[in-house]
Amino acid sequence: MTRYARRDMKPSSFEYLAPDSLESALASMAQYGSDAKLLAGGQSLVPAMNFRVAQPALLVDLNGLAELDTIRQSDDGELRIGAMTRQRRLERDPLVAQFAPLLHEAMPHVAHPQIRNRGTLGGSLAHADPAAELPVVTVALGARFRAQSADGQRWIAAGQFFHGLFTTDLTPEEILVEVALPALAPRTGWSFMEVARRHGDYALMGVAAWVTLDERGICQQARLVYLNAGDGPVDARQAAQLLQGETPSPASIEAAAAIASENEMAPVGNVHASVAYQRHLARVLTRRALMQAFERAETDGG
Amino acid sequence: MSKSHTVSVTVNGKRYERQVEPRALLSDFLRHDLGLTGTHVGCEHGVCGACTILFDGQPIRSCLTFAVQANGHAITTVEGLARSQHELHPIQQAFWEAHGLQCGFCTPGILMTIVPFLEENPHPSETEIREAISGNLCRCTGYQHIVDAVKLAAEKYAKRDA
Repeated sequence: MTRYARRDMKPSSFEYLAPDSLESALASMAQYGSDAKLLAGGQSLVPAMNFRVAQPALLVDLNGLAELDTIRQSDDGELRIGAMTRQRRLERDPLVAQFAPLLHEAMPHVAHPQIRNRGTLGGSLAHADPAAELPVVTVALGARFRAQSADGQRWIAAGQFFHGLFTTDLTPEEILVEVALPALAPRTGWSFMEVARRHGDYALMGVAAWVTLDERGICQQARLVYLNAGDGPVDARQAAQLLQGETPSPASIEAAAAIASENEMAPVGNVHASVAYQRHLARVLTRRALMQAFERAETDGG
Repeated sequence: MSKSHTVSVTVNGKRYERQVEPRALLSDFLRHDLGLTGTHVGCEHGVCGACTILFDGQPIRSCLTFAVQANGHAITTVEGLARSQHELHPIQQAFWEAHGLQCGFCTPGILMTIVPFLEENPHPSETEIREAISGNLCRCTGYQHIVDAVKLAAEKYAKRDA
């Protein structure tokens, strides 16, 4: 083995397991629990390890589990996506483009191609970064997550999954194995928009809008979910409530944008954007995203 | 020290087998274990793109992957681009001609990003080129000459394929 200078080893020492089946991965998690960390794409975990912010004693590498790299449609029209599906595949998959257009639209905003080639859907969700796109999109879509442990499995609604900054509903023994996206209802429109300093950077503010109209053009259901606006995906329910039961109009859109950006989020600001500027972005993006989403719903997704 | 693992990997068409500690990054493995120092390390947390390599044909950050994870995979580094010491790869030639580099530190990562990009998109617009290199930092050129070099490379590809 080559002798490295001490300075050449960024992460601290850990043991490494590469199970070749989900069963064996679950057995490892049952045995080691919180001493172990799951390695999916590694695009957030490895930087944290390089900084030694994260120093797990054991890594259980999920990259050998081809059974978790799947995209299929169930009989009831749900899109079922394995947790180890690479983000690059999501971006290019025709089923995703057709049946989860909001996800398809958000994908190019997820970092850079070099990151998406490794990064996975499940990894991003389990990491629960409030600035990430995928948690926001899954909450907007009303997705469900399947978590498995050696003892069994359970489904968790996306809205209940994210507990706050980098924390989720998963127990240390559980593995997020699958994401189910509900079937696309008729007259549904969507929009994903964000403002980042450069393409692929973490966004200063971003919104996922998801609306469904009835046959008379009245808004039946609306969801507005924001990234970088709090300690997790921020679901602006009051704003959505304002839109539901109404025919979309510039006034209702403006009212929703105002209430979401002023009352329903708690952005913290950073060196590139003050809180006031983040709220301003949220207001403008909401207006634009809702206009686009309603337009798409009116033309039935066209 | 944790238990070492055997890594058997193909790099630029050549098969290597080495013992590694799990925490060895793929970028350091390429540089220190295999002596392939063309892959540069800048930030080592996935921001600068200098360590970009091809992993089974797709560009990835080698500083965000452990060497042990490369077991059984095929890697291409910048050393694998030119056919010989005397003949540059068309994209390298384009960077040379269009002054697509100054200090050259970011160049290997940019080349390894651009090679698969032009294979998938042989006639990119300037916007597409700028998006493609958005994950690679360059502190010298201001990017203009890099964009010019990618355009020139695309022309060279088109001529070669004509």
